[in-house]
Amino acid sequence: MPILDVQSLSKSYRQAGGESTLAIGNITCQVESGEFVSFVGPSGCGKTTLLMSIAGLMAPSSGRVVVNGREVHGPPRNLVLLFQEYNKSLFGWRSVLGNVRFGLEARGDRSAAAENEARKLIDLVGLKGFERHYPWELSGGMQQRVAIARALAYEPEVLLMDEPFGSLDALTRLELEDTLLRLWAELKTTIVFITHDIEEAIYLSDRIWILSRRPSQIMQELKIEFSRPRHQVTTRAEARFMELRNDIYRQIGNQGIS
Amino acid sequence: MNLLQRVNWLGWSSFVSLLLVWELVARATPKLELYLPPVSRILGALGRALAAGSITQHGLVTLGRFAEGYLLSAVLAVSLGALLGYFRAFHSLLATLIELLRPMPSVAIIPVAILLLGIGDAMIVSVTIYASVWPILINTIDGVRNIDHTLIDTGRTFGLSRWRILWEIILPGASPYIVTGLRIGLSIALILVTTAEMIAGSKGLGFFILDEERAMNSANMYAGIVVVALLGYALNGLFLLAETYAMKWRHGMMARQAA
Repeated sequence: MPILDVQSLSKSYRQAGGESTLAIGNITCQVESGEFVSFVGPSGCGKTTLLMSIAGLMAPSSGRVVVNGREVHGPPRNLVLLFQEYNKSLFGWRSVLGNVRFGLEARGDRSAAAENEARKLIDLVGLKGFERHYPWELSGGMQQRVAIARALAYEPEVLLMDEPFGSLDALTRLELEDTLLRLWAELKTTIVFITHDIEEAIYLSDRIWILSRRPSQIMQELKIEFSRPRHQVTTRAEARFMELRNDIYRQIGNQGIS
Repeated sequence: MNLLQRVNWLGWSSFVSLLLVWELVARATPKLELYLPPVSRILGALGRALAAGSITQHGLVTLGRFAEGYLLSAVLAVSLGALLGYFRAFHSLLATLIELLRPMPSVAIIPVAILLLGIGDAMIVSVTIYASVWPILINTIDGVRNIDHTLIDTGRTFGLSRWRILWEIILPGASPYIVTGLRIGLSIALILVTTAEMIAGSKGLGFFILDEERAMNSANMYAGIVVVALLGYALNGLFLLAETYAMKWRHGMMARQAA
C-alpha cells in the first residue's frame, strides 16, 4: 500500500468576477513509504495548491487524497507541510530551541526529554550553538534549517516541502540539499518536494513528476536512478544528469515558461 | 552608554529652571499664595502628608482601584478582542456597537455608573474598566486580523486545534499590537480612576486633590497632584520595563529590519 495516494485530484478557484478557474486538472499519483519524490513545473502551475490539498489545508474540488490508508479531510497527524516562506512560518517569539520544541509539543510531548530531543535535531541540521538565538538573528538558510528541524520534531511519516530552498542563494541551497538528503537517509521519512529548479529535483529525487501549466496535470514520470549517497559534483557531472535535465527542460520549455 | 550619558541634562535643567522661576515668582507675589504656593511649600506639605500617612492611604486606595480596573479590563479586552478578531461572524455581530460606543468620551458614562452602582468602589472600578477596554480591544482585534496566514497554516499542519492556534500562535503573534493597546489603556485607566474619585469618592487621590482645593489648602492640593503624577510615572516605567523584557524578541527584530 502506498503511503500517499492521490486520486484524480482537481481544484478550481472561484475568482473575484465569479467565474472559476481550474488550477489543478486531474492528478493521480502514488508515493511509497521512504521515497523522495518531486514535482517540477513552471511557476504558477498550481504546485502550491496541490501541496496544500495533500496537506489537508485546502479541500480539493474533486478526487481524494489518502495518507496511510485514511482519506484526508483535514491536516493528517502523520504529515507536515514545510513552507517556502520560513520567515513567515517560524515563530518570532520563540528561540531556535523553542521553535523546534514546538514540533514535539504539537504531538503532545512536553516531557523533559523533549528538550534533549529538540537539541539533537538542532545538532542534526547543523545549528548547534544557536539554540538560544531568535529566528531573526539567523540567515535565511539557517532559518530554513530551523523550520526543517521543527518539522522533523513532529515525527511525520510524510514531509511535504513547498519550494523550501527557492529564496536562498545558490551555495546555501546546495548545502541544504545535502543536509536534507542526509536527514532523509537517517530518519527514513517520505518526502514530497516541489521545486521549479529542474536540477535540484533530479539531484534529490527517486522519482520526478513533470507538471504542465494550468490546469496542471502530470505530463511524465521519470525514475532517477543515480546511486546514493549523491554528490553535488560527481552526480551533477554525469552524462545522464545532463540528459535528464535537458529532457525535462524541453518538456517544460515547450509550453513556454511563464 | 553609561547612566551619566543617558540622562537628558538639558531637559532636566529646563525643568528645574521652571521650578526655580515658580519659586521666585510665588515668593515675590504673596497675593498669589492661594493659587500658586511656592514649590518649597508644596514639597513641605507633601513631606508632612507623607509623614502623617494620609496621602499614602489615599494613594494606596487609588492604586488598588486602578489595578483592579486595569487588570480586569486587560483580561476582558484581550479575550474578547481575540475572539472578535478570529471569528468573523462574531465580529460582524458586535462591530457596529463597538464603532458607536468607542468614540464617546468615557467620562460621560460616569453618571450612568453612579445611577446603577452608587458612589462606591464598584462604580469607580467599572468606569475604569469601561474606558480602558477600548484601546486594548481595538488593538487586539487589529493584531489578530493582521497575523500572516502562513503562521496559522503552520499551526494547522502541525495538527493544532483552533483553540491551541489561538492561544499558542495568534495571541503571541498579535502581542506587539496588544502591548500597544495595553500601554494606551494604562494611561486611560489612571485618568478615569482619578476623575471618578473626584466626582464620587470619599477616598483616593482624586478625592484628596479636590477636597484640599475646596478647603483652600492649595499646597496640599499640589502635593496630591505631585503624587498622582509620580504614580503615573512609576506605572508607566513599570510597564515599559515589563514590555522590554516580554517583547525582547520583537525589539531585536525591528532593530534588524531598520538596519
